[in-house]
Amino acid sequence: MTEKDTSQLPPSDGKGTESLAEDFRSNAVRDAVLLPILSVFTGLFIGAIIIIITDNTVITAWRHVFDDPLAAIAATWTSISVAYGALISGSLGIVEIWHGIQAMMQGQGSAELGVAMIPLAESMTQSVPYIFAGLAVALGFQGGLFNIGGEGQLLVGGLSSVWVGYAVTGLPWFIHLPLALLAGIIGAGIWGAIPGILKAYTGGHEVINTIMMNWIIISLSAWLLKVGGPMSREKLPITPEVLPTAQIPQMFSTQGNRFHWGFFLALAVAAFVWWLLYKTTLGFEIRMLGANPKAARYSGIHVRRLYVIVMTVSGALAGLAGSVQTLAVDHWVGLGFSGGLGFDAIALALLGKSHPLGVVLAAILFGTLRNGATRMQSVARIPIDIITIVQALVIVFIAAPAIIRWIFRLRTGGEAAAPIFTKGWGS
Amino acid sequence: MTATATSFSPDSYAGRRERRKAIAYGVFFLLVAAMILWFFAAHSEGGIISTMKLNPTTKAKIIKVPDLKLPTLTTMIVLGLLTALIGFYQIIRGFKNVYLWLGIVASMFVFAFLVWATRGRSINLLGILTFAVAAASPIAFGALSGVMCERSGVINIAIEGIMLAAAMMAVVVASMTDSQWLGLVAAILTGGLMGWFLAILSIRFMVDQIIGGVALNIFALGITSFISQRFLQPIPDLNSGGVFKKIPIPGLSQIPIIGPVFFNHTPIIYILFILVIAIHFMMWYTKWGLRTRAVGEHPRAADTLGINVFLVRYVNVIVGGMIAGIGGAYFTIGSVGRFDENITAGKGFIGLAAMIFGKWTAVGGFLASLLFGFSDALQAKLQILGKAQVPIPSEWLLVIPYVVTMIVLAGVVGRTVPPAADGQPYEKQ
Amino acid sequence: MGVRQRVEIIKVLYRDASILILDEPTAVLTPQEADELFHILESLRQQGVSIIFISHKLREVLELADRVTVIRRGRVVGETKTADASQAQLAEMMVGRQVSLSVTKGEATPGEPVLQIRDLQVLDDRLQVAVDGVSLDVRAGEVLGVAGVQGNGQTELVAAITGLREVKGGKVLINGKDVTNASPRAITEAGSAHVPEDRQEDGLVLSFSIADNLVLNTYYLPPYAHGLSMHDEVIRKRAVELVKEFDIRTPSAMVPVGNLSGGNQQKVIVAREFSRPIRLLIANQPTRGLDVGSIEFIHKRLIEKRDDGVAVFLVSAELDEIMGLSDRIAVMFKGKITAVVDAQKVSKEQVGLMMAGSTLEEALTQAPGPQESAPEIIT
Repeated sequence: MTEKDTSQLPPSDGKGTESLAEDFRSNAVRDAVLLPILSVFTGLFIGAIIIIITDNTVITAWRHVFDDPLAAIAATWTSISVAYGALISGSLGIVEIWHGIQAMMQGQGSAELGVAMIPLAESMTQSVPYIFAGLAVALGFQGGLFNIGGEGQLLVGGLSSVWVGYAVTGLPWFIHLPLALLAGIIGAGIWGAIPGILKAYTGGHEVINTIMMNWIIISLSAWLLKVGGPMSREKLPITPEVLPTAQIPQMFSTQGNRFHWGFFLALAVAAFVWWLLYKTTLGFEIRMLGANPKAARYSGIHVRRLYVIVMTVSGALAGLAGSVQTLAVDHWVGLGFSGGLGFDAIALALLGKSHPLGVVLAAILFGTLRNGATRMQSVARIPIDIITIVQALVIVFIAAPAIIRWIFRLRTGGEAAAPIFTKGWGS
Repeated sequence: MTATATSFSPDSYAGRRERRKAIAYGVFFLLVAAMILWFFAAHSEGGIISTMKLNPTTKAKIIKVPDLKLPTLTTMIVLGLLTALIGFYQIIRGFKNVYLWLGIVASMFVFAFLVWATRGRSINLLGILTFAVAAASPIAFGALSGVMCERSGVINIAIEGIMLAAAMMAVVVASMTDSQWLGLVAAILTGGLMGWFLAILSIRFMVDQIIGGVALNIFALGITSFISQRFLQPIPDLNSGGVFKKIPIPGLSQIPIIGPVFFNHTPIIYILFILVIAIHFMMWYTKWGLRTRAVGEHPRAADTLGINVFLVRYVNVIVGGMIAGIGGAYFTIGSVGRFDENITAGKGFIGLAAMIFGKWTAVGGFLASLLFGFSDALQAKLQILGKAQVPIPSEWLLVIPYVVTMIVLAGVVGRTVPPAADGQPYEKQ
Repeated sequence: MGVRQRVEIIKVLYRDASILILDEPTAVLTPQEADELFHILESLRQQGVSIIFISHKLREVLELADRVTVIRRGRVVGETKTADASQAQLAEMMVGRQVSLSVTKGEATPGEPVLQIRDLQVLDDRLQVAVDGVSLDVRAGEVLGVAGVQGNGQTELVAAITGLREVKGGKVLINGKDVTNASPRAITEAGSAHVPEDRQEDGLVLSFSIADNLVLNTYYLPPYAHGLSMHDEVIRKRAVELVKEFDIRTPSAMVPVGNLSGGNQQKVIVAREFSRPIRLLIANQPTRGLDVGSIEFIHKRLIEKRDDGVAVFLVSAELDEIMGLSDRIAVMFKGKITAVVDAQKVSKEQVGLMMAGSTLEEALTQAPGPQESAPEIIT
């Protein structure tokens, strides 16, 4: 922490916003906005390089670069434009939407627009679990805890919700649906609370414990879901379908448009987390715990209990990702359901600087990228894992802003205090 | 020890706490005894024999030992009563080294379980042990890698990712060159490169070491899955690197039981044995070891004495990465010969737990890994025995290593003290 | 002299050093040990060793050095020969204005005991006995100073009283209420304030604003909060008042505390702890590492609190601070209280001897008293 010379300043009435405060604020704002954008940009750029250097046609063209240099450059451009073109059209479909609007203006009805909206709607749909999972990790970060257990917690959330969704019958939807959601929240909350309790009362590091909890539920779900297992269908290793009374309704009737009310639930939960963190005493305590646990103890906070609370709420948020995804989109749970979402969430939380608004934006960005990457996979045959690579790069750049500053020759400024988790393992 | 409320002597306070703990262990031992008697003994019939085979199934040149034939019920009762005896002694008098006895009781329980599960059948105990050593090796490489890094003060949570990347490079290079040895070299270089990345992030850029490690893990997962789908699946020739041949060590491999368990393996596992001894020796008896430990405990003091903190950390983390790289090679060219997405399946993290369990020492980490390897092997074997013998879903047994890891981390089995500067970036003043 | 200090110096000499740099070497020494160190340094100087001696204790600098360089905020602000300099001059150079080095305070009017400690037993992190049967009373309207070389159990003693460390035996009472092993919050609510030893570690959240730090332990109470909901406006308004009242030099109350200088950071803590209605003030190393100006400010405020009838429990490794502020002095050595004496009736040398392990009788006979008058024992 740099100490600025404030002793030379005149006594202040405390209200003034002189250069120091402004300097600090503008730097902080720049860091909070510019760095994430540049990080994502750089990540995508390196992703492009990886796509190019692993593309056979490009490699072949460059082998003959001296015979036909233009062909080499053209092949490179084609490779990347096809890939990222598919990414963009598959996730946004701006052009199609424009055509749809034109068609509607010409009185041809909204059918074309409805179809054209599907990619964008799907991007938003895919960002729903990201919002929840990102909030889960962000809340943990704020409280100084690193919850890598999102993966397992959302599996527990999904399984619990689905179980209530198909096993409990005869309820009207306004009881059944909240009950199913609640089951996911409670199940995942407990799953998150266990590492929290271990952290608070034995000092076992939450990073390893949450990873272990992931493997435990993955192993157990293999048993739950295997054919003949307690939760599987008769001949398929997946759970039965959630009853309509427990499903989160989709908003559009267009075939293939899966956009659902869960998106707004996610936004509402994000707003709730923001309120919790910045407007309540509990949030004050959580942020204090994350910024300086010793000061938190000094100030009279029950640190151990707070660790458990943070992990429980974090787990519940991650569980909601699984619950909403199953109740709104999938309607059942199969093996490999979580699909790396818990890890994606880490990138989201870091990218969003652990602020709920930032997390929502980051989640929408990555939901869009994921969705586009699916199209990219089918059109350009580029494995969807490229997004995972980009995410890893984004984490690195966010965690080491010096790299981005060096690449873009930015001047160093008011460094926002990064969360610190590495405090050893045992105690 | 008696302590009254008016006595404030810290001896008596510490004594009271020790006493409570001792009794808790005793009660736990009694519970184990009760489980053996109530659960296993009550479900065994008299006259039934459990057979433990102690010879390899292959026709290796070895001095044969007779199979162990145990009457199931009698064994259960004997083991149960012995455990109860240990429990009572622990409550009344208390053992000096309670962890040793905890280990003994746990082993007796496992043995009782094994004998009970084989009631009326036979099981190849030697096979389980041999497989345990093999299954332990990637965990042990992970633990050794962790020891190298953390003794110098850098937390390496990227071991999982390093292994994953190295596993893939090993099989690709082995496929292309038809040489597992070159594959191993490629794995080591990949590990070193990944270690270097981690070192740059945590030492040069002072990134939080856990976040840096997680980023590397995600990166490794992404890049290996990407390459796997883009190249390995369309071109299967790239993903058939073959497997190291088992090389029985002349002489040693002929010792009954120990020979086949430890000295009839692939070279990767012999490298592990050598590394365990080498790292142990170097860490405690050489200048390099002293420097490493000084840097991990008190980097500033080490710096004032003229040790180059950054250099020591760089070297250790890169070497640690290389060791994890060898562990990665085990997954492909050391066992199945091909790469699958996320083939490491959390073994790197379990390696970290083994390192903690082993109190940040090479030998301790290795022994802890053997324990984890044994639980792996046991689970695989019990699955084969079938439901009638073991009425527990085999997936439940899969959970055991993870639960054990959590229990270890909770410090139930002795307090562990990490190097003082573990995880803290060093900044010149 | 402290064994570890001695080892360090021998290590340096063994390597044939011709330049010796000492950074605050006397922080862990008693005055007598410091004298011994000075003798050694003097003989080294005569052997031709160059010595750079960094210290904030003006007396030591004047005693030892040949030349003095004063540094303020990374800049050299003056250079002088010790022969031409006085403490007041050096202090003025350090601060940039005239400062009064001694605290002026009136006679104490002690009342009822507020803090009562009985047979306190506390262990340190290595589970060794750190506080060994300490009994003390601090009365309303007096300053009880605990003198002792760092690491003799003072840290653990304060931590135990404030609820931050487990009490293994004995009792702590505040206002007659048993607060042994109570939570830090309960102890705060019992009317105590705590200026912690390590302000950046314990007392502040550096990334939080000044305003938030000013309510660090009262954020949950009205008017700052009702139930779950916090009232930012009230907190900000209060902060603006306190910034003014306690002369915290900052452009705004919303600046993160980490951006302030050490002295202003400490003023934030002082503002927070002193502005509440309290009956007991526990100040642990309240001026460590601060500039002379801030020290003067904090000392003044401490005495004000005493005169308001607050019981002040002062722990400091600075013997001068203890001598200047305390009404009574308790000397702590190896976890025990050697003696509690009237501050007026002992000399610095006598306290110094006790800090090094002498008994009260030994100290009284071996060192001269203040103005040669015999001190009387209080407890």
